Amino acid sequence: MSEAGSALATQFDDLEQQHDAATLGMWIFLVTEIMFFGGLFAGYAVYRSMYPQAFAAGSRLCEIALGAINTAVLISSSLTMALAVRAAQTGRRLAIVALLVATMLLGAAFLGIKFVEYGHKYAEHLIPGSGFTYTGPYAQQVQLFVCFYFAMTGLHALHMVIGIGLLAVMAVLAARGRFTPAHYSPLEVAGLYWHFVDLVWIFLFPLLYLVDLHK
Amino acid sequence: MSEPTENYLNAGYGLKSWLLTTDHKRIALLYLISITLLFFVGGALAGLIRVNLLTPQGLLVGAETYNRLFTMHGLIMIFFFLIPSIPAVLGNFLVPMMIGARDLAFPRLNLLSWYLFVGGSLLAIVSAVTGGVDTGWTFYTPYSTTYSNSHVLPMAAGIFITGFSSILTGLNFIVTIHTMRAPGLTWFRLPLFLWSLYATSIIFILGTPVIAITLALVGLERIFGVGIFNPGLGGDPVLFQHLFWFYSHPAVYVMILPAMGVVSEIIPCFARKRIFGYSFVAFSSVAIAVLGFLVWGHHLFVSGQSIYAGMVFSFLSFLVAIPSAIKVFNWTATLYKGSIAFDTPMLYAFGFIGLFTIGGLTGLFVASLAVDVHVHDTYFVVAHFHYIMVGGAVMGYLGGIHYWWPKISGRLYPEAWARLSAVVIFLGFNLTFFPQFLLGYLGMPRRYHAYPPEFQVLHVMSTAGSTILGFGYLMPLVYLLWSLKYGALAGSNPWGATGLEWRTPSPPPTEDFEHTPVVAEEAYAYSGEEAEQHV
Amino acid sequence: MTPHVLSLRKYFGVYAALIVLTVGTVAIASLDLGRLNVVFALTIAAAKAGLVGLFFMHLLYTSHRTKIMAVAGLVWLAILIALTLSDVLTRGWLPVSGQL
Repeated sequence: MSEAGSALATQFDDLEQQHDAATLGMWIFLVTEIMFFGGLFAGYAVYRSMYPQAFAAGSRLCEIALGAINTAVLISSSLTMALAVRAAQTGRRLAIVALLVATMLLGAAFLGIKFVEYGHKYAEHLIPGSGFTYTGPYAQQVQLFVCFYFAMTGLHALHMVIGIGLLAVMAVLAARGRFTPAHYSPLEVAGLYWHFVDLVWIFLFPLLYLVDLHK
Repeated sequence: MSEPTENYLNAGYGLKSWLLTTDHKRIALLYLISITLLFFVGGALAGLIRVNLLTPQGLLVGAETYNRLFTMHGLIMIFFFLIPSIPAVLGNFLVPMMIGARDLAFPRLNLLSWYLFVGGSLLAIVSAVTGGVDTGWTFYTPYSTTYSNSHVLPMAAGIFITGFSSILTGLNFIVTIHTMRAPGLTWFRLPLFLWSLYATSIIFILGTPVIAITLALVGLERIFGVGIFNPGLGGDPVLFQHLFWFYSHPAVYVMILPAMGVVSEIIPCFARKRIFGYSFVAFSSVAIAVLGFLVWGHHLFVSGQSIYAGMVFSFLSFLVAIPSAIKVFNWTATLYKGSIAFDTPMLYAFGFIGLFTIGGLTGLFVASLAVDVHVHDTYFVVAHFHYIMVGGAVMGYLGGIHYWWPKISGRLYPEAWARLSAVVIFLGFNLTFFPQFLLGYLGMPRRYHAYPPEFQVLHVMSTAGSTILGFGYLMPLVYLLWSLKYGALAGSNPWGATGLEWRTPSPPPTEDFEHTPVVAEEAYAYSGEEAEQHV
Repeated sequence: MTPHVLSLRKYFGVYAALIVLTVGTVAIASLDLGRLNVVFALTIAAAKAGLVGLFFMHLLYTSHRTKIMAVAGLVWLAILIALTLSDVLTRGWLPVSGQL
């Protein structure tokens, strides 16, 4: 049984159709993710238009340096992910594994920094709910901002955790030589997911960390 | 004529072969069993509601319990019956067969979608048996987030999970239709049922995630006591309504589009005529899906939404009626000078056209801002949406079940009983819901367990109708099950219909087609001679 | 299947642009540009997203169909936000008797 034979699922006629279906399927899933996060972005847009000063005040509670570093970390992980897929296209097995591991490490670094940020918020009693204490104007609306901060970055972090798990599976498969230039769609599809998670953060960073800093 | 010896039903016995199947046809049957159970649960709740409304004081229950009854009825019927019904049962069974494929693009995701559906339904049942939800199926805030003491969280979680079930179904359909069509099967040769399922899948993909995140926010608010939608804590309850209806309005098109697709299959077959204006019907499905996303604010006319936005949404709501009307015109034109047979599926299709037209036209009433101020939250709205969802969607579903029953089961149902139940359902339906238009216009509010005595006559008529309707729904349950053992063998094409699914044995083999078929003709190539050949 | 293999130069070039744009967005945010701050922030974010989408996700090199799907997702998000804001932002525009 050829390698192509074992990789082809019975409902498909050939590998090209299977690859077509896999990538189309992932893109459609990413569209659902756009709308899933989109609901949060819509709520954010509504409240920012209603309470601009409160959102500015809330944004100042976010640590720009950590956010900026995290943005760079995530962008770097997207680079390593794209290079991992390229390594599969050019048939370099070890490079795939190394680049996937690098992507996972960068992802873990992102989550570590997020954990630190969350820890700071906890220490400053800025977790929404009964323990929330903020002694500035518009306290209720600032809490609203912080709700969105946690909901949006929390959902994003959850997606990152899932992504790291997915990449771990891909790394194991890659190490076993399952990806060749003729068949690497699982890796490509995992890459699409990872890049999407980066995309969401690209918007979260300015919207949460950089709101009217000078006011 | 004998039953094919090896078919999808007997290819492997035992619970494991069913619960771990990846065969789209078996998954369709798993869905059929699940949603039928849930339909009768939702129906029982409707029965309790109607019995309670026999007397002005409320015959059975007080206000608190009544709130739970109508909430659970709505939630179960919408999320756990109507939305999955045609796509998950008929769609799963037929999409691969209609395009000449061996299965959907992602069979394991298909099985996962059923398990997600079951998981979500179980959570809903848990919510029900521990006391249910009393917020109305619309979960308006801040009642649902802050003040209700009912079991909102498990129900919201159940709907969240079931939402992913429909997302996976939609994803599967879109990818399959794009990438796995048989040679010669161009987009404009597709059966119109597939166009309607494609349009439905667009809505699944673009709309469902929004209600998912909205319910998650409701959950967050309930658990952490924050004020995302609570005005007392700085939130906006109307924001909830925007997010909720962004999905829930397109959801009603999820419920009606597949039924329209079924009607588009039945009418050419039983009028022995090509569908009139194929491309108009095809494009109108997509138009309904797209326009359906632009009208949700008509649910917020009296909620405090800006009058300016109200006017925009009202105008857009009028627009979305146009593609629906186009379909009705095309079906009627197809019937004109056709050779009409009054088999059961055709009876359901006729019922659909009439009742959907009434429901659709009354939609224009409520889309008019000024009229809606008067009829919002009255029985007029209740009657409007039941005409579409029951008179339309459920009739379409039953018509489809009857039309494809021979293919699915290999058996014919008893025609006389089937026609009788279609008529009983039609009459029972109208007696139940037409009085509700009058009730609503006269001022009877919805979601009230008791009412002023002058409304009693109409309520009694409605309850009488619901009894007949309930009986009518039980009849197919009986004779369809009967037919599995005692029905005549169907053969591959008992209706003489066109379409690739009718080229296979009944029931079909697991792999659907031994050799991928090649399509050389347009859809609905009905003519006198071809009809003879197909039998 | 003939995959489109992008050069290392392209990937690193996109990466460099993304880092530069990130630095840029932080720098611009520290200036007081009034209403333009959010415009710049979202424009730069869109540019970064475009780079990731077109090059890292290979959108530039995929089928028409996939491009349409990606655009559709963004359009639908725009519909959700725009029509909701059309309510929120216009609540005070047309006075209604009895309205506060």
